[in-house]
Amino acid sequence: MLEIKCPYCGKRSQNEFSYGGDASVKRPELGKEVSDKEWNDFIYYRKNPRGKHTEFWHHLAGCRQWFKVLRSTSTHEIFKTAKINEEL
Amino acid sequence: MKQKFRLDKAGYINRDKKISFKFNSVKYFGYEGDTLASALLANGIHLVGRSFKYHRPRGFIGAGVDEPNAQVQLYSGEKTEPNAIATTVELVEGLEAKSQNCWPSVSFDLGAINNFLSKFFPAGFYYKTFMWPKSFWYKIYEPIIRKAAGLGIAPLKPDPDRYEHKFEYCDILIVGSGPSGLASALAAAKNGSQVILAEDKPRFGGSLLTYEVTIGNKKGKDWADETIAQLKSMPNVIVKNRSQVFGYYDHNMMVMFERTKDHIENPAKFTPRQRLWYIRAKEVVISTGSIERPLVFGNNDRPGIMLASAANEYMKIYGVLVGKKPIIFTNNDSGYDVAINFKKNGIDPLVLDVRTNSESSVVREAKNLKINIKFSHGVVNALGYKKVNAAKIGKLNTEKTGYKNLEKVICDCICVSGNWTPTVHLSSQSGNKLKFDEKVNAFIPNQSKQNESTIGSANGSFSLKKTLEEGFNTGYNLSKKITGKTIKTSTPTSNERSYALQDNFWCMPLPKNKNYKRCVDFQNDVYVSDIELAVREGFRSIEHVKRYTTLGMATDQGRTSNLNGLQLVSNIEKKIVPEVGHTTFRPPYTPVTIGAIVGREVGKNYRPTRKSPMHVWHKNNNAVFVDAGLWLRPRYYKKDEETLEVAAKREATNVRKNVGVCDVTSLGKIDIKGPDSAEFLNRIYTNAWMKLPIGKARYGVMLREDGVVFDDGTTTRISENHYHMTTTTAQAANVLSHLEYYLQVVWPDLNVNVLSITEQWAGVALAGPNSRNLLSKLFPETDVSNEGIPFMGFMETDLFEVPARIFRISFSGELAYEINVESGYGVFMWEKIMELGKEMNIEPYGTEALSTLRIEMGHVAGSEIDGRVIASDLSLEGMLSKKKDFIGKRSLSRAAFLNPEREKIVGVIPLDKKTMIPEGSHLVSDMNAALPNPKLGHISASCWSVEYNNPFSLAILKDGKKKIGEKLYALSPLKNKSIPVEIVSSHYVDPKGERVRS
Repeated sequence: MLEIKCPYCGKRSQNEFSYGGDASVKRPELGKEVSDKEWNDFIYYRKNPRGKHTEFWHHLAGCRQWFKVLRSTSTHEIFKTAKINEEL
Repeated sequence: MKQKFRLDKAGYINRDKKISFKFNSVKYFGYEGDTLASALLANGIHLVGRSFKYHRPRGFIGAGVDEPNAQVQLYSGEKTEPNAIATTVELVEGLEAKSQNCWPSVSFDLGAINNFLSKFFPAGFYYKTFMWPKSFWYKIYEPIIRKAAGLGIAPLKPDPDRYEHKFEYCDILIVGSGPSGLASALAAAKNGSQVILAEDKPRFGGSLLTYEVTIGNKKGKDWADETIAQLKSMPNVIVKNRSQVFGYYDHNMMVMFERTKDHIENPAKFTPRQRLWYIRAKEVVISTGSIERPLVFGNNDRPGIMLASAANEYMKIYGVLVGKKPIIFTNNDSGYDVAINFKKNGIDPLVLDVRTNSESSVVREAKNLKINIKFSHGVVNALGYKKVNAAKIGKLNTEKTGYKNLEKVICDCICVSGNWTPTVHLSSQSGNKLKFDEKVNAFIPNQSKQNESTIGSANGSFSLKKTLEEGFNTGYNLSKKITGKTIKTSTPTSNERSYALQDNFWCMPLPKNKNYKRCVDFQNDVYVSDIELAVREGFRSIEHVKRYTTLGMATDQGRTSNLNGLQLVSNIEKKIVPEVGHTTFRPPYTPVTIGAIVGREVGKNYRPTRKSPMHVWHKNNNAVFVDAGLWLRPRYYKKDEETLEVAAKREATNVRKNVGVCDVTSLGKIDIKGPDSAEFLNRIYTNAWMKLPIGKARYGVMLREDGVVFDDGTTTRISENHYHMTTTTAQAANVLSHLEYYLQVVWPDLNVNVLSITEQWAGVALAGPNSRNLLSKLFPETDVSNEGIPFMGFMETDLFEVPARIFRISFSGELAYEINVESGYGVFMWEKIMELGKEMNIEPYGTEALSTLRIEMGHVAGSEIDGRVIASDLSLEGMLSKKKDFIGKRSLSRAAFLNPEREKIVGVIPLDKKTMIPEGSHLVSDMNAALPNPKLGHISASCWSVEYNNPFSLAILKDGKKKIGEKLYALSPLKNKSIPVEIVSSHYVDPKGERVRS
């Protein structure tokens, strides 16, 4: 079980959190013309790297804040966590 | 009864307390502090089981968790436990144990015929033989093989015991209480760290219990006892025995299995049987010691042949002699410790050493004691079937490829010592890539990947001096890193016998024209010939050899067999062991009961149960409950001997005719506040929200970004910047996370706050033509007329001085209201409604009637919003705003979603107007078409329409709107039904929606 440092609450066990997917994906702006490909990439295409991965986590059973995590997909090492408006 | 093999004095058992137990239905005696194994050996019993495949007689090999053979079935009935390791089962009054894998008895086992047919059962036999015909596998081969092979029998009844989970945090977790573990615990604790010391066995001290050493001028065991007493007295230390740390997981999460009950004769009520600890440690010290390796020779699996270290442990700890005419067969000096112990207890051992000589102090001591030592000798073959009674021994030639001469020696046990294997399982699990150490001739930890340090003999350090140094230094350094303190404990002086290098020779060659079975893996019945066969057949990778032969598998995880197997492969392949590599070590290190893993999360405790504030009223009024997610909701209120169908019909009819009340507390409620709330709702929902007046509710549909319908519900504007959202019961939690995601991640510029208030408000739905009449009685001071609170209207008022919220919304399609009061007033509200509604024949209705009402109205719910449909499939295209963007809108223009022949929601009626259509039935055009019958759609929900008194269903049907009026068939292979049906509109009752506005 991972130990994740919530930027608001500190280190907690994984079972307090839920995973929120790739944090490098950015939603196209509302009302903006978006090509089929661009939209398709946003909805379905995700990188699946071996190694460092930025991802969203939600402190579901805690402060209920979404935040960013830089984690290794091969070793589960967590290098850094950050608030949504902070750089990782 | 005199125990023939019990020494008069030695051991740490309590001779004042005799304990009786049964083994294979015969009653024996042992002492408090015995294990089942030591008590049986004291009574001269070696034969305890039969081997896995060939049913060869088997006895004890080890004295602890390394034991591969002595697995027994404990007790019977609900309490029975299979595959208990007799060497770790503590003796307790009334213990009952049976041998496994034998029939009719361990002494006379019919399965042993396999041994004589073993030529026909080599490695991979099952793969090769039971291939054809394919159909035979399930019906004939597998059941027979399962019956013949295998271990104990799982209990058939629910476990009566209680198990617990515990979470703990510490600075340093130390696994193993041998000299290195004790030293590091002491050093770390004295330097101010929070320490947990875990010992698998009942007694602390590890090798200090069995070896004659001194530490700081004290006997090793006395030093261990004093250290433990000191640690126990410190407030920053938790000391645990009978606790196996069996798994090393991510981020230093260690899992420990504690045995808390089985060793106690009269446990207190509610004592948990076992406890599973989840320990998050900043640092982990692995001081798990090492396990002796067997030597391999002809029939080396006969009862009476065991590890020298085990024989030593039985003598030293339990005062038990494993034999009175022992042969010690060794390739290193540690076998001499055992020989000396035998001699000191008046037994003359014969030592066979494959080395040409050794001049270490322990060997000199043995020579001085006039122990008979034969160098360059080894056991070639053990004689005796159910118990070893003699050995053929041989003098090895210089190359150790054959024998100069052979002779027969009478003996009653053979103690083997093939040098030591560091217990590296936890280090390996932590991600540490092991390295092969030539000097130790085994794998030892290399570079740590997590905060882990391996010390002592687990790290290949076999001298006491080095072990203690490693322990004290590691404990101090780690604690200094954590606490910043520098209180150093000095390493005490120590003294032990000196040991010379081992010989790496371990597998005795076969004499000419002999084909003895030489066992490598005792638990899985893998012999030298099997591994040779596997390599001959082309299995080169050690992982493949493992799977083909089953070497190193099962409950003992190859603790005694792995390295011998590796060496054998490397010898055949003429490679060195590090090139062959090792198989993966996986948790658990020792078997863990399912009960401990599950803990208290059994049955209803598996997850929390949510109850409405009115739950007690429902319970007192014959409600039959149903699980709705975590919630318990009344399904129907049973009258007399009513069935579910009859009750639902009665309750739904009463709503259509009079008035009914339903508990809707479980619907998700989300409070939304902030100046940008309207804009936010406008983006979240598919319809327009910018112009919703204060005091009005609106129905809304939410999509996922991929365009699929996510949830629906109503949202009410309470004041300028304050909204009240409702969600379905099932999606309440997901909707909240969804809203939070968009507010925090995607649109942080929006000034909106959301909060779940589901449990703050008790909610009821009043539905039926009489509902307004009842409302006026509940709120006599308030104008609740059609003008006072119109359809989709909202007001805040008082219910007999209790603040209440009234929403005029309807799920049933009738004139209906939802009333919310603070949860604490839920029962008050409910009872008031029942009291004042009595004259209008009010009846409570459950989820079954609720479903009936919404189905015949054609209102969609979770069974239609199933994560596969888009808004237009549900005839909700009118809800999609063309003027604004919203979540998921861009996806709706994808080709697949624009297909005019997409599935649509329709109504379905059986032609006979009698047969209920099972939910999940497929709609087809030809009921006799060849399988698989092309599916046109499926039945999503069925009910008995109380309006028309015939069955009615909703379905999702391909190009459904065009099929209205057509006749199809509903097929349910599950219920074995094919029903002719007619397709109708999904709005079966009141299609214009006049009632809700009346």
